[in-house]
Amino acid sequence: MDSTLEIKGIADGLLAVLPADDWSASVEALLDAIDRRADFFRGAQLTLQVGEAEARAGDLGRLRDALAAREVHLRAVRGDHPATQEAAANLGLLEQPRTPEPPPDVDAEGGAPGVEGEDSLFVQRTLRSGHKVHYPGHVVVLGDVNPGAEIVAAGNVIVWGRLRGTVHAGAGGEDTAVVCALDLAPTQLRIGAHIAVSPDRRGKPRPETALIRDGQLVAEPWSIEGRR
Amino acid sequence: MTAIAATLTSGKGGVGKTTATANIGVALAALGLRTVCLDADIGLRNLDVVMGLENRIVYDLVDVIEGRCKLRQALIKDKRLNDLYLLPAAQTRDKTAVSPQDMIRLVDELRTEFDWVLIDSPAGIERGFRNAIAPADIVLIVTNPEVSAVRDADRIIGLIEAEEKGPGKLIVNRMKADMVRRGEMLGTDDILEVLAIELVGIVPEDETIVVASNQGSPAALDGRSRAGRAFRQIAQRLTGEQVPFDELEAKDGFFGRLSRLVKSGGEA
Repeated sequence: MDSTLEIKGIADGLLAVLPADDWSASVEALLDAIDRRADFFRGAQLTLQVGEAEARAGDLGRLRDALAAREVHLRAVRGDHPATQEAAANLGLLEQPRTPEPPPDVDAEGGAPGVEGEDSLFVQRTLRSGHKVHYPGHVVVLGDVNPGAEIVAAGNVIVWGRLRGTVHAGAGGEDTAVVCALDLAPTQLRIGAHIAVSPDRRGKPRPETALIRDGQLVAEPWSIEGRR
Repeated sequence: MTAIAATLTSGKGGVGKTTATANIGVALAALGLRTVCLDADIGLRNLDVVMGLENRIVYDLVDVIEGRCKLRQALIKDKRLNDLYLLPAAQTRDKTAVSPQDMIRLVDELRTEFDWVLIDSPAGIERGFRNAIAPADIVLIVTNPEVSAVRDADRIIGLIEAEEKGPGKLIVNRMKADMVRRGEMLGTDDILEVLAIELVGIVPEDETIVVASNQGSPAALDGRSRAGRAFRQIAQRLTGEQVPFDELEAKDGFFGRLSRLVKSGGEA
C-alpha cells in the first residue's frame, strides 16, 4: 500500500485518502497538507477514506474539531474497520449511499504537474455574491462571476463571461496555472502564491489571460494569432 | 380569489423595502385589487407606521400563528382604501417566533381572500429573510444605486435561486438622475449589468417620500409625487400591464433643460 496522503475531488467535495498504517501519523499528514494549502481547503467539504485504520469516536471527534478550526467541514468517513464504521455512525459521519465514485484519477500516467489528471468542473450559470466554488482541478464558468463570488481551483480558471469576483488558480501552488475571461476584472486575482488586484480600466472589455511571466502576475490580451 | 404572494427583500437595510411595500400596496389597492401588506420584520416593525395604522393594532402576526386570535381579527383595514389591509408584525418578539412553514400556512390562508399578498422582509439573510421568502410566488428585490446595496442584492438573488424562487424582479430605489448623468452614481444599466434580472421599476429620489412616511400617508396616494408615480407604475407592471419607463428628470433648472435642448438640436 502506498503510504502517502492523497487528495482528490469527488462529487461531494474533496476526498482525502489516508495511508492505512498509523492513525495519528495519518492525521498529522492530513492537517499538515491542509495547513500548507490553507486557501485551497478553506470552506471545503471533506470526505475521509481511512482504509483499514482503526479510529475511535474520540479520534474522529478530535479530528473533526481540528478540521473545523481550519474551516474544513468533515462530511463523512469511509473505513473498513468495524470500530471505525461504528464510530463514524455514532458521530453521524456515515456516508449516505449515492452515485458510484468516479473512476480513479489518471495521474498514474502523469497528468499536468500539480493538477491531478485533467479534471475540470463546468459551471453553467452566473456565480453571484456569496457563491463559492472550490475544486481540485480546472474550473470553467459559462456565465459571469460577480463581485463577492469566489473560485478556488488547483488548475486553470476559464470564465466565458465577466470575471469580477475573487479567483485563485493554481491554488496548490502551481505557477503554471492561468486565468482567462472575456472581461478580466476580478476583485482580486491569485495564481499560485502570487496576488494582484485589477487596475482601473476604462474602455471596452476584451478577452484576456492572466498568467505568471518572469515571476510577475500579468494580464495579456487574448489574440488568435501567435498561439500554438 | 387566489392571491399572488410577492416578497420585497434587499439584503441590505435602509434601501426602502418598507416604503416600497406600503406604496405598492396602496397602488395595487387603488387599482381595485384586494391587497394585504404583511410585515415580516418581527421585533422591528415599521410598516404600520409608514402606512399610518400604528394606533389600530390589537393583534399581530405572531398572535395569529400562536392561535391567540383569528386571522381576520389581526387584519387592519386601511383608513383610506377599502381594498387595502395590513397584517402587522409583533414588536415584542423576535424572528424565531415564526418558522417558514408557519408563514406558508398563514399566506395560504390569506390567498383565498386577496388578490395580492405583499410581504415586507427584514434586512439580512437569516431566519427573518427565510421566513419572508418561504411563501413567495415572486420576489421583488429592492436596491439602491450604491455598490454595497447592489452587492447584497446579488447575494440575495443567489439565495432565492437556490430556493428555486428566483431570479426575482428588480426595483431600483432612490435614483438621482443628475448624479448618474455626472457619472457619480451607478446608473440602471450598471446595476442590470451585474444583476441581470428583470427590472420592474426605477423610483427617483424624492423628498415627498420622507414627508409621506412620517405622516403615515404613502406617496403613491399623492398624484404629484414623482416617487409615488413610479410606485404606481410598478403596481401596473406587476399586474402584467406594459408601462414604459419614465425618462428620469433631474431638477437641474432652466439652464440645464436649455443646454439639453441645444444638445439634442445639435444631434438632429
